[in-house]
Amino acid sequence: MIAESGHYALVLAFGLALIQSTVPILGARWREYSLMNVARSTAVAQLMFVAASFAALVTLHVSSDFSVANVFENSHSMKPLIYKITGVWGNHEGSMLLWVSILALFGGLVAIFGNNLPISLRAHVLAVQAWIASAFYLFILTTSNPFLRIANPPIEGQDLNPVLQDIGLAVHPPMLYLGYVGFSISFSFAVAALIEGRIDAAWARWVRPWTLVAWIFLTAGIAMGSYWAYYELGWGGWWFWDPVENASLMPWLAGTALLHSLVVMEKRNALKVWTILLSILTFSLSLLGTFLVRSGVLTSVHAFANDPRRGVFILLILCVFIGGSLSLYILRASSLKQGGLFAPISREGALVLNNLLLTTACATVFVGTLYPLALEVMTGEKISVGAPFFNLTFGPLFVPLLIALPFGPLLAWKRGDLLGAAQRLMTAGFAALFVLAVVWAWTHGGSTFAPLAIGLAVFVIAGAVIDIIERIGLFRLSPGIAFQRARGLPRSAWGTMFAHAGIGIALIGIVCETSWNSESIRTMKAGDSADIAGYELKLESLTPRQGPNYREMVAKFSVLVDGRIIDTMTPSKRNFTTRGATTTEAALLSRGASQLYISLGDVSSDGAIAVRIYHKPLVLLIWFGPVLMAFGGVLSLSDRRLRVGAPKPAKSVRGLQAAE
Amino acid sequence: MSLKRALLALAVMATMATAAHAVQPDEIMSDAAKEARARDLSRELRCMVCQNQSIDDSEAPLARDLRLLVRERIAAGDSDAQVIDFLVARYGEFVLLKPRLNSHTWLLWFLTPLALAGGGIALWMHGRRRTRAGAEQDAAALRLTPEEEARINQLIAAEPASEK
Repeated sequence: MIAESGHYALVLAFGLALIQSTVPILGARWREYSLMNVARSTAVAQLMFVAASFAALVTLHVSSDFSVANVFENSHSMKPLIYKITGVWGNHEGSMLLWVSILALFGGLVAIFGNNLPISLRAHVLAVQAWIASAFYLFILTTSNPFLRIANPPIEGQDLNPVLQDIGLAVHPPMLYLGYVGFSISFSFAVAALIEGRIDAAWARWVRPWTLVAWIFLTAGIAMGSYWAYYELGWGGWWFWDPVENASLMPWLAGTALLHSLVVMEKRNALKVWTILLSILTFSLSLLGTFLVRSGVLTSVHAFANDPRRGVFILLILCVFIGGSLSLYILRASSLKQGGLFAPISREGALVLNNLLLTTACATVFVGTLYPLALEVMTGEKISVGAPFFNLTFGPLFVPLLIALPFGPLLAWKRGDLLGAAQRLMTAGFAALFVLAVVWAWTHGGSTFAPLAIGLAVFVIAGAVIDIIERIGLFRLSPGIAFQRARGLPRSAWGTMFAHAGIGIALIGIVCETSWNSESIRTMKAGDSADIAGYELKLESLTPRQGPNYREMVAKFSVLVDGRIIDTMTPSKRNFTTRGATTTEAALLSRGASQLYISLGDVSSDGAIAVRIYHKPLVLLIWFGPVLMAFGGVLSLSDRRLRVGAPKPAKSVRGLQAAE
Repeated sequence: MSLKRALLALAVMATMATAAHAVQPDEIMSDAAKEARARDLSRELRCMVCQNQSIDDSEAPLARDLRLLVRERIAAGDSDAQVIDFLVARYGEFVLLKPRLNSHTWLLWFLTPLALAGGGIALWMHGRRRTRAGAEQDAAALRLTPEEEARINQLIAAEPASEK
């Protein structure tokens, strides 16, 4: 009954989406307000029905209704409740339902909070949003129905893939989807602007917060996925340049570029045509990511050809939306008026450079991900493109980007003073050189790359901080006034600082982890000790244990520094009975931002166990950086100037501040 | 989204009941320098039955065979390039995670510099065109149209003589 209701709700949501796709457009044509307003009510209703459908699937999973194929294939009655819920999106059908639910959520939010949008723009935006939704509803209903029943219900389910039974998975895909799908809003706004043939700074002001929301979630989602892979997959890697990861990195790079070009458009009314293109590209890359992950084309081109139903459907959606929007762009972009002029050395110029480098980085990831597929389809030749390729091509792009980054916020709009900015960055430069020298001396004889990269990271962080110090007049004015000015500074300025510093911090983590990672691979028996990076790890015991739906072998290690026990670590190896699969549960011990990492291998016949121990210096900074970036995004979002519809303060206390 | 990779990693694990570790203790060479070379090489070689994993990361038996093979060649005195050539001759270009530059991969390798240079040139040309167009516009805005000229003369003529 619940399954049928869920299915029915989904069909109704599809119907509503079809109405939302057409009626408001006609209303805008005929200047009929009541028809344009249909967009609003249908968007909200669509959200309610798809939410009901999603809730139905969650209920089915929680109540272990194995008469539903999706539950049977992915759940088990003994599975802990949290994984019964997260298992809903741990499979193809469920994750697609989550995808459209989030799409409907964004559409609903625009409908509810878009009061101050011009009514025809709102009608167009919601209609475009509904086009996307309709396509995906149709996809789910025809090829990936999560509510299918089984004729003879089995008693027990097949359990969820054990690797996915982890809290990291609980939050990672929803975050990522909020990011991916969030970019649909900027896409819809861009297409609406092209249809209406009108775009101005107000448009950018409306789009910016939505893009920022999507970007925050995507940033956090990618970081979380990386950390999840780090501790769950058990070999201590945190980024693999895997096509699936690349699929989420591409929209992030394009989205980051979009965020910056939107600033130019809002403040200076320039880069309009480019911003529209970026909005389209960013969401197109999100769609591409969905295609790559969901069609099975990555596993092998042949697997895709053997069961092409789903893949071809998504490919069709991809072609229609990307092709359609780009054709519209080519037809209409010339009608958009060009905006303000600026000199190459200016805030705008810096942001253009940012866009150039980020989109090139995005193109690099794109070609590296799709080239092997394309080559195999066209010539049958198989090549691999992996981490060594990306390190050589993608990495170098970040050198000019990071060198230029601190200059951007210090340059004035229209025409900037590069020399002046350089003078103000002198302190940051000295800090970078100092750290570079210290690291160099400390690791004498080591790689030359690491000290240079750390120097660059310090330059970025110091540059970000100096911008704020300059603006509040710290050390120049009395602390009281500086504090007053710090409070008066727009939150988006603080957001910029945190986001930019976050990049530097992540870079330090990346460099330290890759350059000074220590590793020890050995077999150990109870009582044996291993030394690594000043720590002594003693294997105390090896004991079997029974979990709710698995058995595990737990190793207990004492961590000693100078002969004194400071902590214990308990890595384990789990065997999931239902699927007969094993997972390694690595044990992690954080010491400051560094970590000790132990994962277990096989037990040999004489009772010794294979062990991998790592010491990863400052590894936590790799994820702390993105968290800081996302935090910067949140601060920026809370800036009242960005909140759509926030009335401008009549008399600003920030009158004395440069108006950014 | 590491979901797919996780699924694949699992599929690989599931096919081998005796899932083992990537580099295992018994594989390590006694000569630390040679072992380091083996590890560096391993990171550039693909485990062909896995999805996008190097043999250094992979737990598949094939990856173990390849790791042992790499170490065998190094122990026999091969240079890094010889080891790579040996593996390519045996398993094809697919084994390399960093494809070699040839007629089929030049686009892959040169797209980044080409995109950067192309984008830069396009921006420069666009900027120049816009500046010139902008300057002309400005100049045009500074000149008065004949109507404006006439109107100003009219206004000046209409002023009382005392204020002239």
